[in-house]
Amino acid sequence: MENAKKLEAFQAKIDADIKIEPKDWMPEKYRRTLIRQISQHAHSEVIGMQPEGNWLTRAPSLRSKKILMAKIQDEAGHGLYLYCAAETLGIKREQFLEWLHEGKAKYSSVFNYPTLTWADIGAIGWLVDGAAIVNQVSLQGTSYGPYSRAMVKICMEESFHQRQGYEIMVTLANGTKEQKEMAQDALNRWWWPSIMMFGPHDADSAHSNQSLKWKIKRESNDELRQKFIDKTVEQGEHIGLSFPDPDLKWNKSSGHYEYGKINWNEFWNVVKGYGPGNKKRLAHHKDAHEEGSWVRQGAIAYAKKKRSIQKTA
Amino acid sequence: MNQSLYEYCLRLGDTPLILSQRIGEYCSKAPHLEEDLAITNVGLDLLGQAENFLTYAASLKEELTADELAFKRKEKDFRSFHLVEVPNIDFAYVLVRQFFIDVYHNLFYTSLCNSKDETIAGISKKSIKEVRYHLQRSQDWIIRLGQGTEESNHRLQVTINELWMYIDELFYDNEIDNEMTKEGIGVSNREIKNNWFNIVTDTLNDAGLSSPENIPYTLQYGKDGFHTEYMGYLLAEMQHLPLLYPDAKW
Ligand SMILES: [Fe+2]
Ligand SMILES: [Fe+2]
Repeated sequence: MENAKKLEAFQAKIDADIKIEPKDWMPEKYRRTLIRQISQHAHSEVIGMQPEGNWLTRAPSLRSKKILMAKIQDEAGHGLYLYCAAETLGIKREQFLEWLHEGKAKYSSVFNYPTLTWADIGAIGWLVDGAAIVNQVSLQGTSYGPYSRAMVKICMEESFHQRQGYEIMVTLANGTKEQKEMAQDALNRWWWPSIMMFGPHDADSAHSNQSLKWKIKRESNDELRQKFIDKTVEQGEHIGLSFPDPDLKWNKSSGHYEYGKINWNEFWNVVKGYGPGNKKRLAHHKDAHEEGSWVRQGAIAYAKKKRSIQKTA
Repeated sequence: MNQSLYEYCLRLGDTPLILSQRIGEYCSKAPHLEEDLAITNVGLDLLGQAENFLTYAASLKEELTADELAFKRKEKDFRSFHLVEVPNIDFAYVLVRQFFIDVYHNLFYTSLCNSKDETIAGISKKSIKEVRYHLQRSQDWIIRLGQGTEESNHRLQVTINELWMYIDELFYDNEIDNEMTKEGIGVSNREIKNNWFNIVTDTLNDAGLSSPENIPYTLQYGKDGFHTEYMGYLLAEMQHLPLLYPDAKW
């Protein structure tokens, strides 16, 4: 009875667009969903540093090196905001990392694809950050206060990333024959993985309904995917690139692009851990974490010594 | 004179350039996320300093760009210190290398702010603010890890001992340094040596670490065009695209 009343009050707050804060009562399932979603989001920012870091040492100009370095640093910052937001739900960062390393927590599957040429850095900024923005702009209105505020901060930086990525594509598309081919090849490889970022179709999405009702999500996977496709196709065509989808066409009456069948077998295969980079990404993160253990222990030992000196003084 | 100034600007740009390249290589490998952010910040500052000095160097020649200097120059034309060419063996290497350079940069830029060359003085004034913060950070880590656990102390000490052989180079002046110092444009490295040793020795003492004995190694230095074996690989990676596609603009 107690719980039913609380639940009712909780839903009333959500319906009135009042943010839920860490100390407020919340249903256990709401908390668990957020823990899963925010930590997955944080891990994505952090694992996403790897495919881009792969080209940091090979960026072809000082300017592009600076932009890429700053971008990767932004992503690390996004990871931090999000871990902090997730920690307000009562779980420590160490625990989130443990779940990641054990394979219990996921991160965005798109980062399991390899970055093979410099054009991939353009394609990631343009498409992957571009898709992320669509999702994150929507999440600014999420019902959990700390998550919503993290999204507001992050969105401002993401739009820079998208523009900078597109700028690389523009330069390549207007460049030499080889550069143009590089850009087209990158679009061919990143297009489908980026539209898969929005997750399964609404009809097949396990968590969607409850999440929409609790306003954890504000728009459905398919709605967000459509927004992304609508704004991106024009940008690509504008610079003379073509999309690897023969069924992609403008539908005048609906005012949207129609697109072909998404290869969900591939999607689920990569989610399950069998993508080209899953093993590599996870091993890299684990190795760095393990190699850094003596540093973290050293810092903790020093902090303890400091505290005990302060106490006795 | 112009040729000497050009040469001088190369050495000002190359050391931060190569160090930022190493830091870029360390991306996503730091002990925790906060440190990934902090070290990338340092790398970005250094890359900016490199860009400023190389842009100035390029402006002294006709039809030359900073990018061409960074991405199309031959190894023997680079003027970086050996110390910054050393790979990121582990966090101790990344840290100790940084600390040594941070102390050097602080002393060096402080003097270089008084350069008669306005561009050099201007870049130095901007850079000194950055390297002051870099030094605070690396010094703080040296103390924390020196006084941390037995292992962290030991790892730092081993690395200090290993990297000590590259220190002498920081204080070596060749004809270009002498000429530029005489003109009031440059700074004598010899003259910052004592201060460098004082700061480093004091910090190491505070951290429960010791400075190794000062034995000069037989080395041919970066500013004379000689580098470590590591340098060729570093440049091969950094210059890969511009060399592979010589006609392309990025
Ligand atoms: Fe991000
Ligand atoms: Fe981003």
